[in-house]
Amino acid sequence: MQHDIRMGVDIGGTFTDVVLESAGTSHSTKVLTTYAAPEDAIIDGMHQVCAKAGIAPAQIGQIIHGTTLATNALIERRGARTALITTQGFRDVIEMRTESRFEQYDLNLQLPEPLLPRQHRFTLAERVDAQGNVLIPLDRAEVVAMADTLASYNFESIAVGLIHAYLNPDHEKMIRDVLAEKLPDVMVSLSSEVSPQMREYERFNTTVANAYIKPLMKSYLGRLKTRLADEGADCPVFLMHSGGGIISIENAAEFPVRLVESGPAGGAVFAAHIAARYGLDKILSFDMGGTTAKICLIKNQTPKTARVFEVARSYRFKKGSGMPISIPVIDMVEIGAGGGSLAHVDAMRQIRVGPESAGSEPGPACYGRGGARPAVTDADLLLGKLDPDNFAGGSIKLHKDASKAALSALGAPLDMDAITAAYGLAEVVDENMANAARVHAVENGEDLAGYTMIAFGGAAPLHAGRLCEKLGITRLLVPTGAGVGSAIGFLRAPFSFEATRSVYMKLSAFDSGQVRDLLAALAAEATGFVRNCDAKAPIEAQYKVYMRYTGQGWEIPVSLTADQAQNPDAASFQALFEADYASLFGRIVTGMDIEITVWAVNATTASVSAAPLAETPAGRQVTAGDHRALFDPALARMTDAQVVPRASLSPGDHVTGPALITEDETTIVIPVSRMATARPDGTIDITEIRT
Amino acid sequence: MSNVANQVMWNRLISIVEEQAQALVRTAFSTSVREAGDLSAGVYNAEGLMLAQAVTGTPGHVNAMADAVPHFIRRIGRDTIREGDVYITNDPWEGTGHLHDFTVVTPAFHQGRLAGFFACTAHVVDVGGRGFGADAASVYEEGIHIPIMRFADAGTVDATLIGIIRSNVREPDQVIGDLYALATCNEIGQRRLTEMMGEFALDDLTGIGSFILENSRRATLERIAALPRDTATGAMRIDGFDVPIDLCVSLTINGDRITCDFTGTSGIDKKGINVPLVYTKAYACYALKCAIAPEIPNNAASLAPFEITAPEGSIVNAVHPAPVALRHIIGHMIPDVVFDALDKILPATVPAEGAGCLCNFQVSLRPTTGQGRRAEVLTFNSGGAGARPGVDGLNATAFPSGVMTMPVEATEHTGPVIIWRKELRPDSGGAGQYRGGLGQYMEVGPAAGFEADFSAMFDRVHHPARGRQGGADGAATTIALDDGGVMQGKGKQFVPAGRRVMLGLPGGAGYGDPASRDPELVKRDLARGYISAKAAMRDYGLSEADIAAIETQVTKGDTA
Repeated sequence: MQHDIRMGVDIGGTFTDVVLESAGTSHSTKVLTTYAAPEDAIIDGMHQVCAKAGIAPAQIGQIIHGTTLATNALIERRGARTALITTQGFRDVIEMRTESRFEQYDLNLQLPEPLLPRQHRFTLAERVDAQGNVLIPLDRAEVVAMADTLASYNFESIAVGLIHAYLNPDHEKMIRDVLAEKLPDVMVSLSSEVSPQMREYERFNTTVANAYIKPLMKSYLGRLKTRLADEGADCPVFLMHSGGGIISIENAAEFPVRLVESGPAGGAVFAAHIAARYGLDKILSFDMGGTTAKICLIKNQTPKTARVFEVARSYRFKKGSGMPISIPVIDMVEIGAGGGSLAHVDAMRQIRVGPESAGSEPGPACYGRGGARPAVTDADLLLGKLDPDNFAGGSIKLHKDASKAALSALGAPLDMDAITAAYGLAEVVDENMANAARVHAVENGEDLAGYTMIAFGGAAPLHAGRLCEKLGITRLLVPTGAGVGSAIGFLRAPFSFEATRSVYMKLSAFDSGQVRDLLAALAAEATGFVRNCDAKAPIEAQYKVYMRYTGQGWEIPVSLTADQAQNPDAASFQALFEADYASLFGRIVTGMDIEITVWAVNATTASVSAAPLAETPAGRQVTAGDHRALFDPALARMTDAQVVPRASLSPGDHVTGPALITEDETTIVIPVSRMATARPDGTIDITEIRT
Repeated sequence: MSNVANQVMWNRLISIVEEQAQALVRTAFSTSVREAGDLSAGVYNAEGLMLAQAVTGTPGHVNAMADAVPHFIRRIGRDTIREGDVYITNDPWEGTGHLHDFTVVTPAFHQGRLAGFFACTAHVVDVGGRGFGADAASVYEEGIHIPIMRFADAGTVDATLIGIIRSNVREPDQVIGDLYALATCNEIGQRRLTEMMGEFALDDLTGIGSFILENSRRATLERIAALPRDTATGAMRIDGFDVPIDLCVSLTINGDRITCDFTGTSGIDKKGINVPLVYTKAYACYALKCAIAPEIPNNAASLAPFEITAPEGSIVNAVHPAPVALRHIIGHMIPDVVFDALDKILPATVPAEGAGCLCNFQVSLRPTTGQGRRAEVLTFNSGGAGARPGVDGLNATAFPSGVMTMPVEATEHTGPVIIWRKELRPDSGGAGQYRGGLGQYMEVGPAAGFEADFSAMFDRVHHPARGRQGGADGAATTIALDDGGVMQGKGKQFVPAGRRVMLGLPGGAGYGDPASRDPELVKRDLARGYISAKAAMRDYGLSEADIAAIETQVTKGDTA
């Protein structure tokens, strides 16, 4: 076993990506995901990359794994037979949601069903108040009787969520103790451990989701460890979590809900690592695949994180149509815009694109597999961005005639020819993504001017240049390995764990002793998790409190130094908050009390440090022999673009737009307004041509 | 400008107003804005025609926002509009229906010329007067009234105005904070508009404005032209404050417009449940748009073909100085009346009646002895929605309002109140081929050592939601103290220490004959406890053997 040989594995919906790094070299492969036994694809991929690298699996020192299996189990409702035990009077919290409709004008709107039907939700007489005091004590005999009742239901997993348990977990713990005694084979998840935060709907739902996928994920992770050992890879296995850090396989099995969206989180870590290499502090990462696009803000080489996100959106990716999961997560927006997204013309005679997708069967019209409706890929083909004979390294032949027919049909009611309709379709999908990026930026108080975009995923390089024009972003980086970005990202992530607690405290009633103790307890909890993963590495504790003016509903995160956490005082908390508030919203509000709602400590090892980029040598101004007609949307006309294979570029070489830089996995489109420079690490660096 | 560029710009304007609304949520203080989404935001051309509006939780602002900007232009005087100006009002008749809503309008300049306007509205926590409730006899008692005027003059905020508002409201910091949030969100909209006009090299919004309005008008007219030309009437009786209120509408579909006339509706009430016409228009329009043209965005042209009228002095066209603070109670009932008429013209389109108005209450808490913290706690809750032709009604979900409830844990942090129960109310959904949505049970009382005044804002106590096409009525609202003490559906009422208010929020009505309901859905409802065994037998004729089988199935952990 060699510690410098590490393998990253990302199980996605279609492909399982495997990356092996040893002694500065990297080998990767993509194999089809094997749903029935996902570990099979990993073993297959492992043997492939080991063969390429010329090593045996036994030499692998560490495996970092991320997966969509947890997400898919929630989306497809393939979880275990699960029950919820909750406070009397609150049986329906996960069903009543926010009591609102996420789509205002649909009279036939249907809300998503809760993960557990009502008959699998049980209540006990008990109550804790908003200060954590017990109003109604829990009677152990009643819990025993409940356990006896539940025996006949054959539940595999039980979630326990009690009102205000994030303040006082005693009743939840008593329930777990009784269940362990009476129903020893049943897995138990407590809300005070899975997600100890205020707001019962989010906390209960997160706990239920954890319980629901726990038997499945625990069994999978157990099998994976065994299979890897059988194949000789008896090394430690760690899991990527949704917050962008790494946890042990045991933690992952206990809190599998933390694995949700771990693949995209790896993508964000990948982009953050490129940012570090280039010394860039403001990054917009843009990941576009076949069905969705994901956009994430990365400041100071750290992806933006949030405490709640939504999975399994059931209605056109609409906000509110999924279920909230409150765990530390890398904050990104996901919209239904990918190469396979389909277009139509609506009642206002406007072109609309997505979220409906052609998928891989029948696929866009140009795949020639029977798809008749125009997809984004069809527009990209007609606009000259793709070469019909060299798509996916020539493995899929694209049919331009089919694209033209589909786009002619789209354009007919608008009096547009096929090319104009393709232009319209591409502009609409690019505008949708640009709008999502703008709204995401404003939600985070950011202005995208001054940001650099990092693009990866198969479809991103086709659209990133235009997106930059729309967003006023002047620099775009397309790194190498963009096709397996998430798996590479896993190998760049630190070991980390964030512990959080919801405790309300006004600065006018600031209790320094309580604050010091609370932050110390959170630091000990988070550090303990990380220490389980790495016995030696130095661990840094990062302190954050969420603050707002009393009366506001949205907190802003305020970072504390270790010294401020150990010697807390109200005046310095106020000064920190006011400085951050003013930078976000322009002005502070004087004379108002300030309160803290959530306390968080993230314990982390150091990130894999990025070697700074070598100096780029002076290169050639490349003028290619090959040319192709390429539509430039900013000019609204066809241009004559150079076609340059990426492999032919040496560090320092320049290519001026309009141009297409081609490789097997994708094509980088360089608009007329931009020029590209090849960097020593293989990245294509695309900048605005100043006129 | 090419068609493609116009399409992109229309998308962009909608995105800009969504961004404007989001900025308001992030910086607002009132729970009604930031938790419940009681706000609006929109962009207008230089003539004051609305081009795009954010989709927020409040259909009640739909037309009000479209009408408001022309009032501002008229009152301020077009010639005096300058860059850096910000205008304000909370006039119920020229704003959005009650004094608690402040509307702020900002002119947007591009290259030194007036290009358009941004407007936004939010419900603030207090405006003085008697506080938020139905108890005033005229609008003068409901709080401070700011006519349309300048909030900022060429960039300078009017300190006199701020001082006057500050000294007239109970929570001055929060109200003033919200006014600044309103001004800030318009500024953000303006910034994005300038960027867009630069990117597309526009001098003004004339071209894109015509493109949006023409396409919207054509799409709306196409929908209306496809409907039968017909007239029908609708009516519904509801509780009111002391005396029942009749809501009546006559709906006519012409070739190029739909008219709703509310002649026959009850007159103005003595209490503050009266509705300015602008709010009536909003909810009538909302109902029509849901049924006829749900996906056409709101703007001046898409709203124009819907003509809403009511006799002056009726409760749905209350004129100054009628009290209007709780205009939402009757306003939220208007869609059910419009649907009653529409169902006669367009069968199998609209839902049965539902809970209608939000089931809100405010609790004023004070210590039973000595000095201690007083607190005001406002909550938003929903009954069941009406069954749809083809789908059950939504359980405990707001309709037509789109606002959210607040988490119980968050509410209990705002004051010494305990919510002992908040869960679905079985058997409250009206039986039918499609069942009405369930209402909910709530139990709420002061924490130990406190007593409270409970301000009730409920309807459907005496007039539950009526079934459609053979469906049964939903359950009525119930309200009482836990010791049996009688309480009323509306008004301020005392709750002694140690007592709880027991609420049964109303269910939605059923649609179609219960005998036609899919037996599998009846069994599912029984297994889930949406209906009792008794109701399964009585309403749907489920046999005792079937009921016993379901009960066995449930305890084996099988889902029906």
